Amino acid sequence: MREVAVIGVGETEFGELWDRSFRDLGIEAGLKAIQDAKIASEDIDAVYIGNMSAGKFIDQEHVSALVADYAGLADRHLPTVRVEGGGACGAVALLQARLAIASGMYDIVVVGGAEKMTDVGDVQAAEILSSTADQEWESVFGATFAGLYAMMARRHMHEYGTKREHLAAVAVKNHKNGSLNPEAQFQKEITLETVLNSPMVADPLGMFDCAPLSDGAAAVVLCAADRARKFTDAPVLLKGSGQASDFLAVHDRRDLTTMDATVIAGKRAFQEAKLEPKDVQVAEVHDNFTISEILAIEDLRFVEKGKGGPATADGLTALNGKVSVNPSGGLKARGQPVGATGVAQAVEIVRQLRGDAGKRQVAGARRGLTHTLGGTGATAVVHIFERGA
Amino acid sequence: MTQAIPRFWREIQSRYNLVGSKCGSCGKVDFPPRAVCPDCGRKSIGKMQSFKLCGKGTVVTYTTIYDAPSQFDMQKPYVMAIVEMDEGVRLTTQLINVKPEDVKIGMKVQATFRKLGQDGEAGVIHYGYKFRPAGS
Repeated sequence: MREVAVIGVGETEFGELWDRSFRDLGIEAGLKAIQDAKIASEDIDAVYIGNMSAGKFIDQEHVSALVADYAGLADRHLPTVRVEGGGACGAVALLQARLAIASGMYDIVVVGGAEKMTDVGDVQAAEILSSTADQEWESVFGATFAGLYAMMARRHMHEYGTKREHLAAVAVKNHKNGSLNPEAQFQKEITLETVLNSPMVADPLGMFDCAPLSDGAAAVVLCAADRARKFTDAPVLLKGSGQASDFLAVHDRRDLTTMDATVIAGKRAFQEAKLEPKDVQVAEVHDNFTISEILAIEDLRFVEKGKGGPATADGLTALNGKVSVNPSGGLKARGQPVGATGVAQAVEIVRQLRGDAGKRQVAGARRGLTHTLGGTGATAVVHIFERGA
Repeated sequence: MTQAIPRFWREIQSRYNLVGSKCGSCGKVDFPPRAVCPDCGRKSIGKMQSFKLCGKGTVVTYTTIYDAPSQFDMQKPYVMAIVEMDEGVRLTTQLINVKPEDVKIGMKVQATFRKLGQDGEAGVIHYGYKFRPAGS
């Protein structure tokens, strides 16, 4: 397999962007990434788009051709691919684009991720998010997306003594990181009391345990590593990728407090990269709920199983801690435009490895990881990146 | 979006009567019924038998839902749980006849028949199981 590098990154601000359409956002992120990579449209071989549910959010399918069209690429008649995989779609698109280059079929691929979530009301948006769970055997009985994660949290508390304060520490940390990110949806720090006193959504998860609904887009330009130096002095290499699936419904899983898909995707990525968790200094993990980040850092083996809560409260995952987790603010503070998530995580890691992350720069970041979930963990994707020598 | 009526009636056997499947190869019970046993794979194809659960189980985990989809608006807050049935298989269900603060992990519960929801204002009413404390 040919090695693949990231040579350009771009993103929009994340938030409730009433004056921006899906296509505005997708195009802005894509053009920024293309400019950053210093490539011309003639250099692009294909476009891959991660998008969860444009059909439900904006009543528009076929967004792959749409984005290429409005990016000014219609006359080039490029192959365009839209990838669906719940919240993991952006990370799956990145993996598929990597494989297309690794195979030798393409040399340069633009990978975008985008979601426009605020053109529907918030109750409807939450229902659309829930549609990545099992509609027939979870949602129809009244289980919400937050409710399913809440049941994992409750079981984690029962088995390992995790406390609400531990969950809240994730939100406090990620808001603190978000306050250093000018692109983040929430740029204000919050206190533990704010999280603990927020209205309940699904016990034990309150409003501040949940990532917001957001509009936004992100893009990266991937290039065959042997050609990357032609475009940049600072390529970031994609050293390993792993994807795994699991039972769609939470109740069918082997263990309610471990996401086997994350464990296996992580093992596959680390194995390919010939690295261990201790070799990674910075990680963007899927914190759509606070419990999700605790499960992720355990299942990726950054901390021992069951110790994710105390580790977070003790600052092990804070900026420049043992491993800096979600320096961008994560889904919690940076925002959660679902389709953009996996790509936005890659953008943040590339910035960190280039030393371009401003006030939230992780000192000495050489290797970074992204972890993205689809649904309640029926899909997980892990990518490992390394600064080019 | 309103769904065609068959979407609901084709699930009646499982939602009304807790009919799942049993693997003819290893004996494992699944709910809802599966065409292939996740443990036995191709050995189980053609050997999956219809199997009715006894309706009794134990709460494995639970939550109280405060923020609900529009069709559950009149019920909130309500309790959802993952229940491990006596046959070993797990399912997700609403718990009724119990106050949220009285629900405990390990609590014994049993299935009961209830209205689950309505597909829009004039849409089909659909029914199925909810669970209540055993003996209540």
